[in-house]
Amino acid sequence: MAALVGLGLLSACQPALRGTGDLGLVVERADGRLMVVENSTSTKLASVAGLGDLSHAALVYSRDQRFAYVFGRDGGLTKVDMLTGTIAGRVMQSGNSIGGAISQDGTLVAVANYTPGGIKVFDAATLAQVADIPAMGADGKASKVIGIADLSGRRFIYTLYDAGEIWIADLSDLKSPKITKHTNIGKLPYDALITGDGRWYLAGLFGEDGIAMLDLWNPDKGVRRILDHYGKGKEALPVYKMPHLRGWAVAGDEVWLPAIGHHQVLVVDKGKWTEKARVDLAGQPVFAMARPDGRQVWVNFAVPDYSKVQVIDTQTKKVIKTLEPGLAILHMEFTPKGERVWLSARDSDKVVVYDTETLEQVAEIPASRPSGIFFTNRAHKTGL
Amino acid sequence: MAEVAPARSGAEVAPARSGAEIAPSRQAKLKDMVDQDCGSCHGMTRQGGLGSPLLAEDLNKLSAEAVIETILEGRPGTPMPPWKAMLSREEAAWIAAYLMGEMK
Repeated sequence: MAALVGLGLLSACQPALRGTGDLGLVVERADGRLMVVENSTSTKLASVAGLGDLSHAALVYSRDQRFAYVFGRDGGLTKVDMLTGTIAGRVMQSGNSIGGAISQDGTLVAVANYTPGGIKVFDAATLAQVADIPAMGADGKASKVIGIADLSGRRFIYTLYDAGEIWIADLSDLKSPKITKHTNIGKLPYDALITGDGRWYLAGLFGEDGIAMLDLWNPDKGVRRILDHYGKGKEALPVYKMPHLRGWAVAGDEVWLPAIGHHQVLVVDKGKWTEKARVDLAGQPVFAMARPDGRQVWVNFAVPDYSKVQVIDTQTKKVIKTLEPGLAILHMEFTPKGERVWLSARDSDKVVVYDTETLEQVAEIPASRPSGIFFTNRAHKTGL
Repeated sequence: MAEVAPARSGAEVAPARSGAEIAPSRQAKLKDMVDQDCGSCHGMTRQGGLGSPLLAEDLNKLSAEAVIETILEGRPGTPMPPWKAMLSREEAAWIAAYLMGEMK
């Protein structure tokens, strides 16, 4: 009830109408709860509870931006109604999941699983399961799945962590999904990203140096290894948190990647796939995220440097400011046109909002152990 | 907190019940670290994720010393890093005992 009132959907006789384009969700991971938030006012509108284990939870949005599909660590898939602040549907789909994707046409939601591995695909409207595709590597063993993203048509691309393979599942015929496999892509691919145009799929490798890359305009050419020197190198540096490649770090004709184990980000030419520069940083980067206009890249860090955030000017490739917004900054999300960025300060129990021009804090919102922040404009972006 | 055994200092191998050597405020921080930082890979409920499960029944297949070593030195060839830059042996022993169910 409280949530309904908070969203202004119930009034004496005339329900107020509103859109969802100004809304987002913040994961309060220790409590299995989401906050429904509003960009323009930097406020919380409602709380949605009962989502289970949300550690490392991710979500995607429906095409109409009304619903979020939340992928919980406990294998729960929850459909949340942004307008009513309620759970519209929930299924327990596996023992342990990590992320998911929604198809280009918005009809299918695919979930990538750690246990038992593989992907499961659900009808976005009803949450009825429509496909279950195990991930058996060439070695005959079940594999954890990471880095799932939507491709054109009813296709999903994802990576097998244990087996070192990239698969594409085509679900245009639900009765017989077609799988295309690229094997031997490298050891322990830990995360992957797809560029916003849907052309390049990059998987970072933990077990060896380099990045596995697939050109989806020319998939027959197979997976190429790029940036051979990219990785931990000879000195096996401890990596206190696996970097995320999905930080959407494409700015203009450059891709910004967290250097695994090093206190650096790499700048790579998008298309030639050669390194152009490295920028030294305050710690091991986790996310390197480009402001929507590509003029800045914001970086957060692994423990013990995770209370800092650095802002890089992409033209000069220099850190222009080191911020300390709060304790344990886990995630960053730009407003759709990038005038502000929201940061979750897990150990300060708050979300802080910064102006991206002045680099000053403009708001903060109390939140219980916040982690992921997701705005509804992701609904119309490939790979998000 | 459960009652802790008297501290045994100077032992080569940290005693399993080494809670007494760690101040209560530090213990709270270590618990939080297990939940949050270890939880990033192993799950906040320790059911596993990219990292293996850390439930008591899994860890009790190992010796306390093996768990302590893994925390301090990591597991080469896997994403498990060595935490010795951030944890003392006593702290790693406390975490091992905590995970293995010797204290609540």
